[in-house]
Parts: sequence; structure tokens; C-alpha cells
Amino acid sequence: MLYGLCAVAGLITMVVIAEVVYQVVSGASPAISRFGLGFLWHSTWKPNFFVFGAGEMLFATLVTSLMALALATPIGVSIGLFLSMLAPRGIRGVVGPLIEMLAAIPSVILGLWGVIVLAPFVQQHVEPWLHGVLGFIPIFGVAQTTGLSVFTAGLVLTIMVVPIVASLSRDLFLSVPRELQDGAAALGATRWEVIRGVVLPSTSSGVIAAALLGLGRALGEAVAVAAVIGGGSALHASLFQPGTTLAARLIDEITSLDNKLHLAALFYLAVILLVIGVLTNLIAQAIASRLGNQTMLAR
Amino acid sequence: MSALPDPTAPPMDDRPASSLPDPTAPLTASGNLRRRAAVSRLLEIVATGSAVLAVGVFCIVVYAIASRGASVLSFSFLTTDPSAPGVGGIAPAIVGTGVIVAIATAIAMPLGVLVAVYLIEFAGRRSGRVVRTALDLMNGLPTVVVALMVYGLLVVDHGDSAIAASIALAIIMLPLIARSSHQVLLLVPGTLREAADALGVSRWRAVLGVVLPSALGGIVTATILAAARAAGETVPLLFLTSLVVGNTVHVNPLHAMYGMPYVVFQDLESGVPSGIAQAWGTAFVLMAFILAANVGARVFLARNRSRLGL
Amino acid sequence: MTLGDGGPITLGEGASSGTEVVSRRVRIQTTARPQTTTPSQRATSPDRDGASAATGRAVVFDARGVSVSYGAKRALAPITMKIYRNLITALIGPSGCGKTTLLRSLNRMNDSVPGFKLEGQILYHGHDVYGSAVNRVEVRRRIGMVFQKPNPFPKSIYDNIAWAPRNLGLKQDLDERVERALRDAALWDEVKDRLRDPALGLSGGQQQRLCIARAVAIEPDVLLLDEPASALDPISTLAIEELMQALKPRYTIVIVTHNMQQAARTADRTAFFSLDDNRVGTLIEYDDTEKIFMRPADTRTRDYVTGRFG
Repeated sequence: MLYGLCAVAGLITMVVIAEVVYQVVSGASPAISRFGLGFLWHSTWKPNFFVFGAGEMLFATLVTSLMALALATPIGVSIGLFLSMLAPRGIRGVVGPLIEMLAAIPSVILGLWGVIVLAPFVQQHVEPWLHGVLGFIPIFGVAQTTGLSVFTAGLVLTIMVVPIVASLSRDLFLSVPRELQDGAAALGATRWEVIRGVVLPSTSSGVIAAALLGLGRALGEAVAVAAVIGGGSALHASLFQPGTTLAARLIDEITSLDNKLHLAALFYLAVILLVIGVLTNLIAQAIASRLGNQTMLAR
Repeated sequence: MSALPDPTAPPMDDRPASSLPDPTAPLTASGNLRRRAAVSRLLEIVATGSAVLAVGVFCIVVYAIASRGASVLSFSFLTTDPSAPGVGGIAPAIVGTGVIVAIATAIAMPLGVLVAVYLIEFAGRRSGRVVRTALDLMNGLPTVVVALMVYGLLVVDHGDSAIAASIALAIIMLPLIARSSHQVLLLVPGTLREAADALGVSRWRAVLGVVLPSALGGIVTATILAAARAAGETVPLLFLTSLVVGNTVHVNPLHAMYGMPYVVFQDLESGVPSGIAQAWGTAFVLMAFILAANVGARVFLARNRSRLGL
Repeated sequence: MTLGDGGPITLGEGASSGTEVVSRRVRIQTTARPQTTTPSQRATSPDRDGASAATGRAVVFDARGVSVSYGAKRALAPITMKIYRNLITALIGPSGCGKTTLLRSLNRMNDSVPGFKLEGQILYHGHDVYGSAVNRVEVRRRIGMVFQKPNPFPKSIYDNIAWAPRNLGLKQDLDERVERALRDAALWDEVKDRLRDPALGLSGGQQQRLCIARAVAIEPDVLLLDEPASALDPISTLAIEELMQALKPRYTIVIVTHNMQQAARTADRTAFFSLDDNRVGTLIEYDDTEKIFMRPADTRTRDYVTGRFG
């Protein structure tokens, strides 16, 4: 009896996955048959003219997510090191939960804060400064009027990804055997040398998996990004210009559909998100299981 | 051990001079250690700074929401219906979030625990691996994709409803509860199970009577955390239950209902000053609820652990 | 102190009758107090039967009234002893008697243990190991340590040895240094053709010799060995004991061991630790190994040493 119930529950997980794939792909099929793979790089999106292309959104999605990954991985790993190696116990017990609670803040609240507090600050202080110092690089262009930009979206995603990488990498570092660290310390190694020589090499694949899980989160995030990225439909070299991502466009337009093809095109965006999401997840799992670490994907 | 070498004689050795210059020198940094220690110190400062930065951002966000939200907050804000979208109280959204999350929890918790029990008690190597992979994939699904799936399944033909949002949230919660419960169940000592087996108790009685109760604290904690996460999700509300008729409290899950995250989102999109004020107030209520659930779950878990001696 | 060096020995010299044994025991308990820590010249002066192993040797460690506690728990009662240069000093005794605690305190490996607190003084070549200006990393660079469980790094054999010299900037003739260390540890012939293979592929005994090679590669002044052979088979154990004899002319070696015969075979001086009435580790007797095993001054030492030999 109990076995039956449990097996049904296990089956349901797989049915849900299959159902997700089926619904999303069948919803997208009119757009898939009409636009084919060209949808991925064509960048015109005109619902009332029945012309759809995801190129520019795919680009902005990758840019914001990679920016978040590039910022959040070193910060998150540093925090993981602080929590596992450096902080005294008392501080650990306070800072660890606080950082995990940063991950618990709903994305819509981060979006609200991002629009009203962060974006003006970024527009007035961060973007002009970066433009002044690094303006010779095209990605650091002139700040626009609102601060709603690809750059701000990247920052908000960073805030969301840091706690994920931090708590996963903390758990990884805590799993490094004490004897290995003692062995390194007994050879007259400094704390950093112990970390670089022993702790990081024996957890590197787990850290990569953690970063990939964070990337997956960033790629699929919709609400916070939609709030701060500003919308818009042109490709820009500068990070300080507005843009829109796959997930952001989806939530912007799902409640104001122009026609059936429009809905199918939105489903097509979800297919892209699904494929990217599943791929990052599978790669992360493969890396983590090579490490033999079953626990890390639980979050 | 009794044959003593002449202690004054130098070691018979043709090796180069030792790299340790003088063992009797004071124990302060020698050689390149001063530089290495500085590098180490610098990186410790960077790591500490990163933690301070993250905690700082957390405090800034919480402070921003709390300071702006508190001025909006009042008894009537929590208990009255809005007079128009973005204006007035948020009682329907509070009730709506409560109903939607409660239904989602009622679906996800038993399923999640059953999946965990399946993984622990029944699954073979292969089937266990398949289910675990499915859970990880489910956990990695973007919420827009989950919401769109339920949209295609239910909303396209039947229109918006709170129950549709609950189903989407349950899909988001299920892997969280299942994986955490799985870990808690792994901690249940095998001896407990063996004791039950030795008494000739059947498998499901052992699970219900021995295994689950000793893991209950961890399961409840995981469920609270998952419910808190679900309560903050906006996308399922937006996709599946945003076409609300009327501005009053109702509890019929077959109709669309407001939820707090959706109110914040809608107010933010509208950009009207009264709406922004309502957004801060709603965000404050939502955040207070979620942070309280997080703190409560942690305290509960800590107490439960110390009681079980884990 | 008197307890460690002179006291029991002085008393023990005439001890033959039961009453004297009793009185000595009383004396030991009353002298096991920090205030009795006056430096003893006993061990460095000639014994009645001839020269002590310590005669004329430089003092490397001078522990003065050293006691250790972890939080509220006392682990080591105040002990006083000197450890001499180019000798092998064994610390023996039942488990939990504080010998490993003392060993790990010599190069400050206990600093990272929560609640660790050390009172008294450990002088290393006359410098306080726990002094305020002391750099812990420098301490460990001069005082190497090999642990109970072989703990090679998950790197190649070569990189295990070369890692610490690289850190220290000893990059010249690194290959020669690695070869010399492996030869010192009697491992060269076994691994010279597979230096790039992972160290974790070696057998337990080889891994432990690799750890010794790793420690001697940076040519420390002292080697601390914490039960280095307890996890190994007899042949590897013998190899490590021979290795210690070969390293003795160049290093001061302190070894903790459970194995009586090992102490008797390898050590020049032996310190016997036991638990006092409050279950706190304490030093009972410290003398030349021959004396500890053949003519122990304290009945507890005699009981322990003979009990093990049957």
C-alpha cells in the first residue's frame, strides 16, 4: 500500500517533467513551424505584424546572466570561504542565516527596490564613474536617464545568485577533511595557501556546479529583471542601455496578447528557457556527481 | 637506543646547506613569509569584505522596504478591500496568498514526503537515480516555464483560477520538500529501523510509526521554507490568477484571486504614486511574513535537533 | 616539573618497600602543582649508572607548567619537561591522557580547535611558542608534523612534496629537493618512475612515508609524529621506525605512540602520561627509554609498561 503511494508520487515527478515539456513545446509548435531555428537569432519582435524573433532577448539574457555569474561566483565563493574557514563560530551562526535569508527575499521585492532605490543610485553614481574610468571600452557607455538598464538587471541578478553560490560553496568547503587542511598547515603554509593548495582544488568541480546552478537561476529569473531592465528592442553595445530578456518579455506580454501566434511565440521563448535551464542543470548534476556529492543539489 | 652519537659532531652529510637558516632565531616571520602572510591577510580581508557586503545589501533592502512600508501600514491597510487597483487596503491579496499557498502546501507536502520515503525505503539504484534526477530538473525549471505549462494545461481553456496558481506553486515546492525530507530521513538512525524490523512490524507501520515521526521536525522545517518561497513567487499569480473580478475578499479557489506578490508587481508596473505606496506596504507585509517564517523554521529546527540529540 | 623529571626518579631510586611506594604516590600528587615548577637539572646531569641520553644536549623544547583545556574540560594537567636536540622522544600512555594534545601544542596545531586554551609556557630554543610576536606559520615551518592517518593531498606524488617548498620560495633545484626528500623517506625507489601519478594511489604505508617526505622536504628543525604507524601494517611500521633512526642525526623527533615496543625500539627518551584522579592527562615519568622500561621509578609506569608486555 505504502509502496504503491510512494511509487505513484515518484511517478508524478516524472509525469510533471514530461508534461512541462509537452505543454511548452505543443504551445510553441505554431511558432516553431513558422519560424524554425531562425527564431533564435532574428531580432525583430512585432506582434501586430506577426513577426517574431528572440535574438535580442537571448542576447540580453546571456549578457545579464553572465554578468551576474562573473560577479557572483567570486563574491559567493569568498563568502563561502569566510563562513567555513575564517569566521569564528558565533559570527558564522549569524552571518550564514542572514545570507541565506537574502536568497529568501522575493524577486518582486528586489525588483521594487531595484527600480526605486538601486536604479537611480546606479544611474547617478555607478554608471558615470564606470564610464569615466573604463569608457574607452564600448560596454561602459554613457549613463541613460533612468538607470533602468542591462547593467542594473545584472546587479539585481548578482544579488540573487550570490547567496546560492555562497551557501553551496560553504557546504563544499566544510566537507574538505580537517586532516588535509591540518596537513597543509603543518607544512608552514599560510591560510590562503591552505585554501588555494588544498581546499579549492578538492572542491573545484563542486564550485563550478554551484556556479552553474546560480547561472540557471539567473537565466530563468523574470520579475526582478523585467522591473529593472527597462524594456526596449534594440541591441546595444553598452550595458547602460535598456533591454529585455526572454523571461522578462514573457511576463510583460502574456496578459496582453495580440494574436494566437503571439502566444505561440511566447511559448517558444519558454522552450528556449527550458532547454537552457535543463542543460545547465544537467551539466551541473554531471559535474557534481563526478564529485560524488549527492547533497549539494538539494537546494 | 643506547648507542649515542656524539652530540657535538655535525651531521654526516654532503647535502647543501639547510634551507632553514637558523632554528634558534626568534619565531617571527622569516624568508618570504612576510610577503606570504600579507597576501593571505589581504585575501582574508577580501573574503570578510564579501560577507559584509552581502549582509549589508540584505540590511539595505530590508531597511528600505521596512522604512517605506511602515508609513503605509495600518490596521485598515491590512483588513480592507482596495477601492480601486493600487488604492486602499490589501485584504484580498493577503487572503488570496494564504489560500493559494495553503492549497499548494497541501498538494506538495504529502507528495514530497512520499517521494522522499520512496527514495529511502523502496527505490532501487536505477529508479532512485531517475527520480532524483527528475527532482533536480524540476528544481531547476524556471518559474516562467512551470507557470506557462499550467497556463497551457488549465488556463487556456478554463480561464484564471487560484487553484491553477496553487498547482504551479506545488510544482515549485515539491522538489524542495522532497530533497530536504530525503536528507532528514537519511539521518534517521538505521538502528531505529532495524529495531522495528526486529519486532516484526510491517514496513509501512515502521515508516509511519518510527521513521517519519523522528524526522518530522526536519520535514516541517523544509515545508515552511518551501511555503515561504512559494508565497513570494509572482509569475504563477501573474500567468494564472491575475484576471480577478471585483476588489473584495473571497475564498473560492476556482476563481481568480489576488496574491501579495502580484499586487506589488501590478503597482510597480502602473507607476502611479498611490500604487507605489501600496507596493511598499504590501512588500513590507510579504517580506515580514517570509522572514518570520525563515527565522521560525530555523529556530524550530534547532530546538528539534537538540531534542533529538542530532 | 619535579613530577616530570626529578621527583619520582629521586624518590624511586631507593624505593623497594611497599610503604615507600605509597609515600611516593602521595608525594607525586602533592607535587603535581604548578608552583613546583623550578627548572630541574636532573636529566642533564649524569645518572648514577652513567650518562643520560640527554647529557650535554641542547634543549629544543622547554615546557614549563604547561596545561591545556578545551572549553571547561581540562585535557592536560600542568607538566614540565625538556625535549633534547637530535634525540627521539616518545610520548606514551593510555588513550585520552593528553599526549597528542601536548604534541599538537608544540607547533600550535591546536589553535584552530574551538575552546583551546594553554597555560604555562612552551619555550622553543628559548622563545615562547605562544609569545605575542610569534608567527604561527613560522612555527609550523620549523616544527613539522606527521599525522596519525596518512593525509596526502589529492595531487601527484611529485606535487605533494614540491608544494611546500614552492610556497616557501625554494624553487631552485626543486627536482633534486623532491628526490632527496623521497630518498630520506625511503620511498624513492618505489615511486621514482611514477612521480606524476596521484598520491592517493599509493598504499597506506607508502602514503605515510610520503607524508614524512613531504615534511622533510622543507628541512624543518623538529619532526612531530602523531602515532605515525598506528594505521599501518607491521612491515610499513618497521620501515617508518628505520626511517626515524636515519633521520635522527638531522632532526629532533617527538613521537606519540600507543605501541610500547615501538617506543622501546626507537626512542632515546620516553615520557609516560596517564590520567590522574580527575581524569585529566598528566605526565607521570620522563626519563631515558631504557630506564622507563627496565627500572621505572613510578609504579604506574611499571604497571603500564609491564602490563603491556604481559
